[in-house]
Amino acid sequence: MQSPPKHPFAHLSADQLAELGREFDAIHEQVRYELGDRDRQYIKGVIRLHRQIAVAGRALLLGSRSKTLWAAGTGCLAIAKILENMEIGHNVLHGQWDWMNDPYIHSSTWDWDTASTAEAWKHSHNYIHHTYTNIRGKDKDLGYEIMRIDPNQKWHPAYLAQPFYNLLLMAFFEWGVAVHDLDVEAIRRGEKPLKDVWHDIKGISGKARDQIVKDYLGWPLVSALASVAVGRLSNREPRSAKRLLADRVRGRGWLGAAKAQLSAARTEGAGGFAATFWADFTANIIRNLWAHSIIFCGHFPDQTYTFSQDEVRDETRGAWYARQLVGAANITGSPLFHLMSGNLGYQVEHHLFPDMPSSRYAEIAPKVKDICLRYGLPYNTGPLSRQLGSVHRTIIRLAFPGGAPRPKPGPYQGEPGDDEVRAAA
Amino acid sequence: MAEQGMPPRVSPVRRRLLRAVRLLFTPLRPDDYLELVNPLWSTRELRGRVERVRPERGGAATVLIRPGFDWVGHRPGQYVRLGVLIDGVHHWRAYSLTSSPDRPDGLISVTPKRVDGGVVSPYLVERARPGEVVRLGEVEGTFTLPDRLERGLLFVTAGSGITPVMSMLRQLNRHGSITDVVHIHSARTADGVTFGDELAELDKRHDGFRLTVRVTGRDGRFTPDELDTVCPDWREREAYACGPGELLDALQAHWKCHGDPELLHRERFQPIVGGADAEGEGGTVHFAHRNLDADCPAGTPILVAGEEAGVEMPFGCRIGVCHTCVLRIRDGRIRDLRTNAVSEKHNEIVRTCVHGAEGPVTIEL
Repeated sequence: MQSPPKHPFAHLSADQLAELGREFDAIHEQVRYELGDRDRQYIKGVIRLHRQIAVAGRALLLGSRSKTLWAAGTGCLAIAKILENMEIGHNVLHGQWDWMNDPYIHSSTWDWDTASTAEAWKHSHNYIHHTYTNIRGKDKDLGYEIMRIDPNQKWHPAYLAQPFYNLLLMAFFEWGVAVHDLDVEAIRRGEKPLKDVWHDIKGISGKARDQIVKDYLGWPLVSALASVAVGRLSNREPRSAKRLLADRVRGRGWLGAAKAQLSAARTEGAGGFAATFWADFTANIIRNLWAHSIIFCGHFPDQTYTFSQDEVRDETRGAWYARQLVGAANITGSPLFHLMSGNLGYQVEHHLFPDMPSSRYAEIAPKVKDICLRYGLPYNTGPLSRQLGSVHRTIIRLAFPGGAPRPKPGPYQGEPGDDEVRAAA
Repeated sequence: MAEQGMPPRVSPVRRRLLRAVRLLFTPLRPDDYLELVNPLWSTRELRGRVERVRPERGGAATVLIRPGFDWVGHRPGQYVRLGVLIDGVHHWRAYSLTSSPDRPDGLISVTPKRVDGGVVSPYLVERARPGEVVRLGEVEGTFTLPDRLERGLLFVTAGSGITPVMSMLRQLNRHGSITDVVHIHSARTADGVTFGDELAELDKRHDGFRLTVRVTGRDGRFTPDELDTVCPDWREREAYACGPGELLDALQAHWKCHGDPELLHRERFQPIVGGADAEGEGGTVHFAHRNLDADCPAGTPILVAGEEAGVEMPFGCRIGVCHTCVLRIRDGRIRDLRTNAVSEKHNEIVRTCVHGAEGPVTIEL
């Protein structure tokens, strides 16, 4: 019996794949040619928006002892951090805006408001993940070395806990990514020189220090000072009438006043500090949950294919495009959703053209879809709820042994079981 | 990395203040926020605002710029790198400063001449508008007057070679030092002389200024042999020449044979990069990370070869000044297109805009 073709592009001949490659190259070329002032206005506008919201958030949090201001400030800060990480940081670090030759919006100079260093991330993400996308054993983003998200990955009892540590990863995603950049597996196998490990650790700890000083010390301190100032100006006599009288009787009017002022200032200062501390913490968690959700929807929904290393041996440019195409999945949504997700709702387009300005993905999506239609290839997409649902179902299901590849879109279905599993058995 | 302007002169108090609150803004800087209010407030690089663009004769225009912070100053004859934004892309070019260094209004100026097929000069001459923000790079150049004028001066200029000399003349004029100056200027047409009116005015007002305008479209090019008639005492003068490469080469040969080469100062706008009679064999450039080969014929900079093969190359001034285009050469032989010197490279950083390949070259990009 003849086994069915394994890949959604196994039906394409070498010539067809070459033609496919040329078509994708042409889209890239066309956009590259058109880039100009309009694109610059876009990214400058997003950067301006981010900075305005960040300033608004910090200003609101000066009054973080008020519940309303706390909520508004935290919201602004979370939105600012999301914009900065997703639409600005991720894309600038991909070199999407390098063509502007602007020294301050450039992949070589940019650093972002998150725990991983730009340098380590450019290696682990831009190079490793975007080159070896969805190749099992090569793409470390498949499960991030700690989760089993493909049935072809061998099961281990430690995976039983993955639904739980996935929740932890969601909340502290930025730290997870930072540690992931270290490539713990390579260190364990002794493949990474100690010098490089040390270099990475220094980088992460430097970023960690700066982030902590800013979010959990600096701004809370500024808020504390603001709280004290406001409190002392609006309530000049912190003593009760009774207390005031008692101090007068005992003849320590001046000392009593000073003591009362100090203790009131201490309460107000501590209140302002704590409120802003927790506001920053909350904003960071919100950003982490959002980033985790969007990023996990990029490659782990049921629709996407993974590849064994044998399957990609001697891959041509056309086949590379085809692998990127079927290894990624889109999320549908409004323009606002795409802005807030760094246009990673266009994960397919992003993986085909990682260095194309993200604002262009929506424009080229119809062309990509048209190519898929003509070449009989799936164009993976779905609403956020469905994509996210299938991702988390996979994470829970594959915590346990076994599991079969889910049915995939398109006429060419993945084969249950795989060489790696069989070899391991 | 993309090229940036020079750090401005900022008061130490302001610098310290910005540094003190820096941690609150990490990984950004307070400047990133201040720039939103006014781009000239950046303390990272000096920027300027275009005040006026004044058309000049001969397809040139004088762009008057007000620097955001104190101007560092320049010596007449020096040039500045200017960063302009055109269609969303930052371009850098070096232009001679045409303003006198001590202008009372604090403005500086450059006077680019429109180059057909160029990018920056047509923009500055035709499209630049007052209010526009430009980036200002380092002030460079050794084509400057001596500290003390001990002998007469001789200027030999052609076309936009007048620009560095104009700054010198303006300063000399301000200080009343135009006492013994001979100026031979070549232009293609009589009414296309950039700064023609100002030169004529100087000629009229100063007995110590003798101007000869050579109209090459009518009378042919100026040759060094004519010096003996136009300026018989040329050997005794401190000479400054700026113009096309052929003129400069001819003058240098002339001074070498018949005069004191020490007394001749030359300024080239364009380095001699390749051209039709380029030496060498050329080669191929292999871009390691792109896994792509580019043909690099003799006289072609690696930068151009890469661009023509569709590689997104970092670039800046394109004349070997700014070091924006530097890339690491894994191995291979390269030719310095300005000096024709060939050298072998292993893991060295090289300016791709002024080096060509000599045989197979592998680049880290």
